[in-house]
Amino acid sequence: MAELLFWPALLAYGEAAVAYFGEARRPGVAGRLATWGVRVGWLAQTALLAVQAARSDGFPWSTWAGSLNLFVWLVVGAYLIWGCQARYRLLGLAVLPLAAVLFALAHAGGGTSTHGVSSYSNLFLVLHVGLVLLAFAGFTVAAGLAALYLWQERRLKRHERTILRVRAPALARLDELAARTIAVALPALTLGIAVGIARLRERGGGIDALMVVTLATWFVYGMYAVLRVGAGLRGRRAAYLLLAGFVLVAVVRLALPVTHFS
Amino acid sequence: MRIVLVGVSHHRAPVELRERAALSRDQATELARRLSDAAGEAVCLSTCNRTELYLADEAASDAERRAEAALLALEADLGPALYRLQDEAAALHLFRVAAGLDSMVPGEGEILGQVRAAYEAGAAGPILDRLFRQALHAGRKARVETAIGESPASVSSAAAALAEQVFGDLRDRKVLVVGAGKIGDLAARNLLSRGAKIEWVANRSADRGAELAARFGGDAVGLDRIGEQLASADVVISSTSAPGWILEREQVERVLPVRKGRPLFLIDLAVPRDLDPSIHELAGCYLYDIDDVQAVVAETLAGRRREAERAESIVAAEAERFREWQASLDVIPAIASLRARAEEIRAAELERAKLNPSERRAADSVTTAVLNKLLHLPTIRMKEAAAATDGVIYADAVRHLFGLEDER
Repeated sequence: MAELLFWPALLAYGEAAVAYFGEARRPGVAGRLATWGVRVGWLAQTALLAVQAARSDGFPWSTWAGSLNLFVWLVVGAYLIWGCQARYRLLGLAVLPLAAVLFALAHAGGGTSTHGVSSYSNLFLVLHVGLVLLAFAGFTVAAGLAALYLWQERRLKRHERTILRVRAPALARLDELAARTIAVALPALTLGIAVGIARLRERGGGIDALMVVTLATWFVYGMYAVLRVGAGLRGRRAAYLLLAGFVLVAVVRLALPVTHFS
Repeated sequence: MRIVLVGVSHHRAPVELRERAALSRDQATELARRLSDAAGEAVCLSTCNRTELYLADEAASDAERRAEAALLALEADLGPALYRLQDEAAALHLFRVAAGLDSMVPGEGEILGQVRAAYEAGAAGPILDRLFRQALHAGRKARVETAIGESPASVSSAAAALAEQVFGDLRDRKVLVVGAGKIGDLAARNLLSRGAKIEWVANRSADRGAELAARFGGDAVGLDRIGEQLASADVVISSTSAPGWILEREQVERVLPVRKGRPLFLIDLAVPRDLDPSIHELAGCYLYDIDDVQAVVAETLAGRRREAERAESIVAAEAERFREWQASLDVIPAIASLRARAEEIRAAELERAKLNPSERRAADSVTTAVLNKLLHLPTIRMKEAAAATDGVIYADAVRHLFGLEDER
C-alpha cells in the first residue's frame, strides 16, 4: 500500500520540478502542470502518511528517514500556501526539486514504510519532532523565498529586458513573506528545542553535534528576527542571512542525523 | 445570408483620413440602424484605428454598395483605403480584431471592449449576433490562453509595471514626480491608476508644478527640496529638461539610514538624464533610465508578437467553427423539412391503422425510434457536407428526392 502511494507522490513531485523549469523558460501551461503536480503529489504523500500512522506501532516518523518523509510533506504543504498563486510559481523551482530528492532519500532510508516501531513516547515525539520539523520546513520555504528575492533583485540591478516577460514575485512581497514564515517557524523551533531540553534533563544524556547545530540555527534565525524588528533588516542582507540559516538546516537534516537518531 | 465587411483602418489610412471617418457611439448606432433598415443586419465598429461596417444580407453586392456609400459619405477620399471582405474572410477579420491581432500594438486590450460596445449598439440579427458573440469569445480565449496582452506596451505603463516588480501592490505607495513634462505626467497617471499616491510634484516653474500637484492631489515642492522627500518616497519619476543631475548619489545615500531598508524605485525619463546613474549601485535603490525602460518595452513587444502566433491559431480555429455553423444554415431547412415530412407520414399511417390505445402507444414508440434511427445518419452526413461546402448540393438533392421543393 505504502509503495502504491509513494511512487505516484514521487512522480508528481518530479513532474512538478521539471514543469517549473519549463515555466521559467516559457510561462503558461507548464506552470499550471507544475501546480497540479504539487497538489497531486502532496495529496498522495498525505495519504501515505495517513497509512503509515494507521499501521505503525507508535510514532511512525521517529527514524531519520521517517522524519525526512514528514519534513518533505511539511515543506511542500508550506509551499502550497503561496505556490498555487501564479506569481509565486517560480518559488517551486527552488522547493520542488529539493522536495523530490529528499523524498526519494527518505524512501531509500526506509522512511516511507509502514513498519516503524518507536522507542519514544508519542507525545514527546509529536511535540519535539513535529515542532522541529515544522520549523525546518518553514526555514526551507523562507530560504526558497530568499533565493527568489536575490534572483529577482539581480534582474532588477542588471536591468534585464525579460523582467516583465518572466515575472517573479515583487521584492517587497518576497521579503515580507520570508519574514512572516520565520515568525511562525522560529517559535516552533524554540518550543521544539524546549521540549527536547526538558526530556534531556528528565532522562539524562549527552549533547550531540546535531543539538549544537540546531541551537546555532536557532541563534541565526533569532538574530534575523531581532535585527528585523530592531534595526529594520530587509532586502539583500536579510536574504543572505536566511540562506546562511538554511545551510545549518541542511546540515542538521542531512549531515548530522546519525549522531541523534537511534 | 451573406456577411459583408467594408472598412478603413490604420493599415491603409493615415490618421488624417481615419479621424474624418471616426464616429461617436451615438453616430455609430444611428448608422447601424439606418443600414439595417435597408439590409437585414448591421453593426458599426468605430475606434481611433478603424471604422468598419458589418452587414448581413441576402445580396452581398447590394450590401457592400450600401456600406461603401455610407463610409464615402463620411469622407469622400476614403475610396482607395477601403477594404471589402465577405463571409469567412470577414468573420476571420473580426475575430483577429477582437483578439487584438489587427491592432497597432498586438494584443492591446481596449479593442475587446470596443467590439462589445459596437455589438451592443448595433442592429444585429441572428447572423451578426452569432458572429460578434463568437468574436468576443475568440478575443477572450486568445487573451486567456496566451500571454499576448500581459506585458505593458508603452514606456509609461512599463515604468509602472517595473515599480510593481519592486513593491507588488502599489496601493498607497508614495510617489515623487520631478518635472512636469508630458512623459512624466503619463507615467504618474499610470502609477495613480494602479493605486499609488502622487504625494509631491517638484518643478522648476512653481505655477506648472502647483497645477500638476493639484490635479494629482499632492503637494508642490521646490526642486531644491527633493532630498527631504526621499526619506518617505517609494517611487521617484523624473522628466525635467535640466542640463545636469537633479538628484545626486550623496543625497540618496544620506537618507538611506532613515529609510530602514525600504526599497526606492527611481525612473529617469529625461534626456539629458536627471538622476545620477550611480544611485543604482546603492543597496535597495533601483534606477531605470529611458533606455532601460525602452529596452524592456521592446522585449515585451517582441514577446507579444511571439504570442500573437499562438493567438492566430486560436482565432483561426474559432473562425472555422463559425464557418461550419454558417454553412450548416444552408442544410438546416432541408433537414427540418425532411423530418417534418417523415413525421407527417408516420402520424398519418398510425392514424389509419386500427389499433387499441395500448397497441397505439407501442406502435408510436417503435415508429418514432425507427424514424429517428433512419434519419440520424442522413442528418449527420448533411451537416458534414455543409461544413465541407457541399451542403447546398446535398440539401437540393434531399429536397428533390423526397419532394420537398414546395416547402422551401
